[in-house]
Formats: sequence, C-alpha cells, structure tokens
Amino acid sequence: MPLHLKLPGPDDTAAVAVRLAPHLRPGDCILLTGTLGTGKTHFARALIQKRLSDSGLWEDVPSPTYTLVQTYEDKTSEIWHADLYRLTDPNEIIELGLDEAFETAITLIEWPDRLANLTPDGALQITLAMDGDARTLTATWDDPRLSLLGAENG
Amino acid sequence: MTAKRTILGIESSCDDTAAAVVQNDRTILSNVVAGQTDLHAAFGGVVPEIAARAHAEKLDFTIARALAEARKSLSDIDAIAVTSGPGLIGGVISGVMMARGLAAGSGKPLIGVNHLAGHALTPRLTDDLPFPYLMLLVSGGHCQFLIVKGPDSFTRLGGTIDDAPGEAFDKVARLLGLPQPGGPSVEAEAKTGDPSAFALPRPLLNRPDCDMSFSGLKTAVLRERDKLVDAQGGITRQNRADLCAGFQSAVSDVLAAKASRALNDYLDLNPSQPTLAVAGGVAANEQIRKALQIASDSAGVAFTAPPLSLCTDNAAMIAWAGLELDAIQHPGLTPLVARPRWPLDATSPAMLGSGKKGAKA
Repeated sequence: MPLHLKLPGPDDTAAVAVRLAPHLRPGDCILLTGTLGTGKTHFARALIQKRLSDSGLWEDVPSPTYTLVQTYEDKTSEIWHADLYRLTDPNEIIELGLDEAFETAITLIEWPDRLANLTPDGALQITLAMDGDARTLTATWDDPRLSLLGAENG
Repeated sequence: MTAKRTILGIESSCDDTAAAVVQNDRTILSNVVAGQTDLHAAFGGVVPEIAARAHAEKLDFTIARALAEARKSLSDIDAIAVTSGPGLIGGVISGVMMARGLAAGSGKPLIGVNHLAGHALTPRLTDDLPFPYLMLLVSGGHCQFLIVKGPDSFTRLGGTIDDAPGEAFDKVARLLGLPQPGGPSVEAEAKTGDPSAFALPRPLLNRPDCDMSFSGLKTAVLRERDKLVDAQGGITRQNRADLCAGFQSAVSDVLAAKASRALNDYLDLNPSQPTLAVAGGVAANEQIRKALQIASDSAGVAFTAPPLSLCTDNAAMIAWAGLELDAIQHPGLTPLVARPRWPLDATSPAMLGSGKKGAKA
C-alpha cells in the first residue's frame, strides 16, 4: 500500500526525511522521483544532515547535480547521494560504482529512471509532486519501516 | 625573481580534461582543454565524462599537446602539478595516476593541488595580487567567499547553503525552455525583460552573515511560471524575459549584498592592496560583474575578474598553484592520493545546512 503525505512547506519535507533517517542501514536505497523544484535534494540534504548530526558530525551537503555523486560517512554507514540527471548510458552507473554502493551503503538517488534495469530490488520509492505551494509525497516500500515516514511524533 | 621554474599542470576532476605548461614569471606557455565541444553541441552541454579510462585516454593526448604547444619536452619541466581533489573520483584518480606515472618515468617531483585552490590563486597568476585578498568563487558547483592568505591558507567567510548560482541559472533555463548552459541563455533573455515584473525573493539577506541560498529562488521562478500557465495557458516571450531579468537581478543583489559583508570582514585585516577577485563561470555575467564592481567601489576596494578561459576549469591554474606551493617548499599531500572531498578551509565550520554549526569531521 503506498503512503500519501501532504507537505505544506519545505520544513515538512525535511521532517519526513529526519523521521526516517535514524532507521536506515547499509543496503537501503531511496529513489527520489519528481520534477525540478519539488524538493528531492532538500529531502536528501535533511536526511544526510540528520544522520551526520546523530553521529556528532557536521558537513556540507552540496547539490550533486554537477558532481553526480557526493559521499558521506556517519558512524554506522557510508551514504551516497547521487543525481543521475546528466547520465546518458546505464553503464555509467557501474563506472560510478553505484551498483556496489547499493549493497554496502545507504544510497539516495535523484532521477532514478536513469538506472533502468540496474534499479535495486527493495528500494524505497518516493515521488514528490507540486500541489500549488505545497508538495505531495507518495512512498512505496516493501518494508514495515514505510510507516515511519508518516508518524507525526515518531 | 628567483630562478625560472616551469610546471606541467594536469586537471581532470570535473567534466573537462586539461593540461597546461606555466612558468613562474606568469607566462602561460600552453593551456589545453580537451575538446568536448562536439559532444556539448549534441547534448546541450550536460555530458559528464565518467569513465576513468576515457579520461586517461584523453589525458595522454591533452598532455602531449600542452607540451608540444609550449615547445617543451618532459625533461624541460621542473615539476608536475595535478588536481588531486575534490571532484569526481574516476577523473581525479586517472589524473593522479597519469601524473604519478609521468613523475616516476621522468624523475620529476609531483605536487598535489586542490582544485579550488587553483581557482582561488588564479588572480595571482593574472594580476600578481598580493595576499590577503578576498575571493568570490562562483560557478556551477561552487559559491563561497574566501580570504586568500597564502598558497595553502584560506579562510571561508560563507557560502551557499544549497545550490550554487550557476546551477540555479541552468535550472531556471530548464524551467523556461531555454538552451543549456543556462548562464548565457538566461542573461540574453533578461536583456529585454523587466526585473520588477515579478516579485522574487532575496534569500538570507536578512541574515548578518555571508551565507547564501539559491535553491528557493529557482523554486520561486517555477511558482511564477506555473501561476502564469494556470492563468493564461502558457507564458509569453515577454513573461519569460521578465522572469529571467527578475531572477538575474535577485542573484546579483544577493551576491552584491553578501560581498559587501564579506568585504567588511576582510578589511579588518588591513590588507596592503585591498581587492575583491571573482572567479568562476558566473563571473561572466555582466549584471553580476557590475554589481560586484559597485560593491567594491563603495568599500574602496579594487575589483578584478580573470579572463573567462582562466575562470572556468583549466590546468593553467593547477600549474600555477603548483608553482606557488613549490615556491614555499610546501611538502604537498603525502602520499599523493585522490581525495573526492577536500575543503579548502578545514577550520571554519561548514556552512551548508539549516544554520546549525558544529565540529567538522
């Protein structure tokens, strides 16, 4: 069953990411779908910063649009943040080392349609869409942790 | 000046592969950027080179051409400088491996250079600026104010907490159906626009620091576009020009206001030749340049922007940074390894985020 959330502002998008962040572990993959300006990078940044700050760390989380991949390391896992918009060939996924990272790291992937048949099984799929000034979030995940996204004070 | 030194610079940390030969008397003997022009035309300027192998193949040819254009052989070179980070790991590794191979084969010393230090030291190559000067690095991937105090000494005053302005220009172009790269196409469109037709925000201007934010500005343009589409079924050419003009003015206002704040902090150091230098592709934007010039004038500070060919990614700046490190006999990075992340200023807290600051990793 997909989960639907209405997110009135950017802080609400960040709050979902912050709720989910502590429950992730290596091998978890989040696919972030949505057009320009729907908050994909905003979601990823909030999630990464929550995990880093829980580990007593602080680091820049720049947009990966030009670098394609930014990597981080918290106390329990590596985190890969990728923006695949500029990719033209699925073989480039392997060149980037993403296929390995899917197994060993927490991965956050923007523009995941570029993965084609390299899309990992069991990924959390999040779709963000515009709704006036608000956003809607639709999430599907074959994992009981899906419900954590919606818990208001979890 | 001391004895003549000649350095080969190698750069492959971003989309381009580049090599250059530069002397310590500031002569650029060659500055080659491997042509991705054909590819750019075909794909709209957004084709990244990911495969380390492809970089390595291009490096071979690019280095050979840089040496040939400089009329030098490897034995005429005093040292080899290579970008060893930050950047896309495949590119950085192939550059570093290539440089190591050349150094081992020729017996020349090897100097690892931070890509951002290359940009930040460029005004010394072009204008012979004395330290300390204030640097605004503003490009597709970067936006930060740095006080450059020495070849290996940088203090970061602030930077973007989300996207860099160059990225915002590209994305606004995408939103408005304009060609990539977005910098020149948005600027051209803005010429016939009215910057006050739409009320766009000036993010973080109310904060007394040097931090900036450009992601919300992009979203504001998107919101205005969608309002127009809802109301009139599409956007007119004039709407598009107005949106571009409004966006460019907002970026320009933010950069100028934050530059004034950064200049205040910088002037506390009583620099001998107070100067604001700007580098990066966004510095090519006329309105932004003019706004930074005005901010410098009113602070009583000189303003300089290196030519665009030395502002965008190139290897002459890497060779120059190598010469600077060589001159102070900097031990360099030992062992020389590729570093995908490498902040210029590891002491100031990182600025990106929601304003919370703490100890750095």
